[in-house]
Amino acid sequence: MRYGEKVAVDGLSLTVGRQTITAVLGPNGAGKTTTLETCEGYRKPQQGSVRVLGLDPVRERRDLLPRIGVMLQGGGAWSGVRAMEMLDHVARLHAHPLDTAMLSDRLGLGDCGRTPYRRLSGGQQQRLGLAMALVGRPEIVFVDEPTAGMDPQARRTTWELLTELRDDGVTVVLTTHYMDEAERLADQIHIIDHGRLIASGSPLELTRGGTHATIRLVVTRPFPPGSPDSLRAAFGPGTEVTLLDEVSLLVTGPADASTLAKVSHWCEVNDVLPESLTLGQRNLEDVFLQLTGRQLSSTPTSRSLRSRVAGDPEP
Amino acid sequence: MSGTFTPRPGAAPLGRQVLAQARMESRLMLRNGEQLLLAVVIPVIVLIGGVTGADSIGISLEHDPIDVFAPGVLALAVMSTAFTSLAIATGFERRYGVIKRLGSSPLPRSGLLAGKVGGLLLVELLQVVVISAVALAMGWDPDPGYLGALLAVVLGTAAFASLGLFLAGALRAEATLAAANLVYLLLLAGGAVVLPVSAYGAFGDVVRWLPSGALGSAMRDALIDGGVAWRDLGVLLTWAVLGTVLTARTFKWE
Repeated sequence: MRYGEKVAVDGLSLTVGRQTITAVLGPNGAGKTTTLETCEGYRKPQQGSVRVLGLDPVRERRDLLPRIGVMLQGGGAWSGVRAMEMLDHVARLHAHPLDTAMLSDRLGLGDCGRTPYRRLSGGQQQRLGLAMALVGRPEIVFVDEPTAGMDPQARRTTWELLTELRDDGVTVVLTTHYMDEAERLADQIHIIDHGRLIASGSPLELTRGGTHATIRLVVTRPFPPGSPDSLRAAFGPGTEVTLLDEVSLLVTGPADASTLAKVSHWCEVNDVLPESLTLGQRNLEDVFLQLTGRQLSSTPTSRSLRSRVAGDPEP
Repeated sequence: MSGTFTPRPGAAPLGRQVLAQARMESRLMLRNGEQLLLAVVIPVIVLIGGVTGADSIGISLEHDPIDVFAPGVLALAVMSTAFTSLAIATGFERRYGVIKRLGSSPLPRSGLLAGKVGGLLLVELLQVVVISAVALAMGWDPDPGYLGALLAVVLGTAAFASLGLFLAGALRAEATLAAANLVYLLLLAGGAVVLPVSAYGAFGDVVRWLPSGALGSAMRDALIDGGVAWRDLGVLLTWAVLGTVLTARTFKWE
C-alpha cells in the first residue's frame, strides 16, 4: 500500500484463523490501520491480494460487508445523534441484529443512551463504535485500537467482551500498540513495523526464548562502566547484552545449568547488588526491542521495568 | 454454539435500509436549529415580508402579490433544503467519518444516496405543508397544476441536490458551510427564485437559465396558471445532469 510516494505497508503476508483473536501489534505509524482498512475494502492494494472469508474486499465488497463488523479508530457518527439512536440505526441496516438494549448495557452505555454523540467522552465514543461493529452479528470483527482512551475498568470489560466473542465463534482482528492487550487477548500476534511483518506467533511462541535464556537484571545502583562488555565476556560467545537504562539490562544467549551462577558471580565481582533478576520469560516488549532495536511503548524503560519489578498486577 | 454473539450476519432488505436512512437524515436535519431556520423560518419570513412589502418596494406584478410570492417561496424552500442543508450536512458527514462508517455497513452507496433523497423529500413535504398553510391564511388562491408543480419540485431537488453534493464532496466542511450559505443568499437576492424573472429587467434573460430562476419560474407557471413550464424544467434537468456528472467525477466519500 502506498500513499503517494510513501509506502505504508509492503510485503506484508499474514493469515488469520477463524474463531481466533488476532492482534496486529506495532508502534504508531507502523501500518496497522492501513492493513485493517485493506481487509475492510476501504483501500485497494497496488500489489498483492487480500481475501476475507474467501472474498475480495474490493471487488466483492457488497457480499462481504454484511458479514463483517468494523470499528473505526474514531468518529463514525453524526455529531447531533443520540448514542442509542445511532446504534439502533446501524441495527436496522442488518437482518438479524443483536438486541441493542442488551448490547449497550454490556458495554456500559446504558446511562448515556440519550446523550448526543459530541457530548460522549472519548471512552464512550469508543464503546459505541465497538457496539456498532458488533450489532449486525458479524462473522469477523475488525477493531482498530479498541481500548484507546478507555479507563482501566472499561478496558477490562472490553477485553472480556472480545474474549466472549471469540468463544461464541466470532473471529476478532484487532490492532493495538499495548503490549498487555496483545499478550493477554490474542491467540496469534503479528508484530509489524514500518509496514513490514517482523514476527508472528502465539504470545507464548513469541516470548519463549527458544534454546536461549533471557535474563532481566535490575540493580540498585547504576552499573559500573563497561558492564555490558564484562558481562558478555562472563557468559561467553553468542551472548547479547542490551543496556535498557542505567540500572537495568537484558541478557540473551545460550543457556545451561551454570547460567545463573555466572550472573551472581559477575555481580559479586563487580560489587553490584541485584534488585531483581528475572529468568527465562521474555515479554513482548523485549521481543520488539530485539527485533527493531527500539522501544514499542512510549513509556521509558526504567518505569515499565520498575513497575513490573514492583509487582505490576499481571492481568 | 449459541452464545450471545454467535454470528448470524445479513443485510436488511434494501428498502428497509433506505427508509431507515431517510428517516434518520430528515430527523437530524430538523433537529438542527440552523437547518430548521433555513428550511422553514426564513421562507415564511420572506413570504410575509415579500407580500406586505410588495407595494412599498414598488415592484409591479401581473398578479396578486401572494399568488406570485407563494410559489416563489416554495421554490426557495426546495432550494434551501436540497442545496444548502444537504451540502452542509454531507460536508460534516464526511468530516465526522459518518460516510466512512456507513461505507462498511450493509447500506450500499446507492442506498445512501436514495436515503438522502428520501430524507430531503420528507423535509420538503413538511416545508410545503407549513408554507402553504401560511400562504393560504394570507389569502393565497392558487390554481394548481399538480403535474407541473410535482415535476418542478422533483427536478429542482435533483438539480440542487447534485450541485450541493458536488460542493460538499469537493470542499472541506467549513468551506462547504460558508459556500452553501453564500450561494443561497446570492440566489435568494438575485436568482429569480422568489421574484419573477420579469422583475430583473434585462438581467432576467440571464437568471432564467440559473437553476434558481428555472425552479422559480416553473413553480409560478404551475401554481398561477396551472401550466407545465417545459423549457424551465429542461433547464433544471440540464443542471441535474451537469451536477451529477461533476459529483460523480469529484466526490470523495471520506
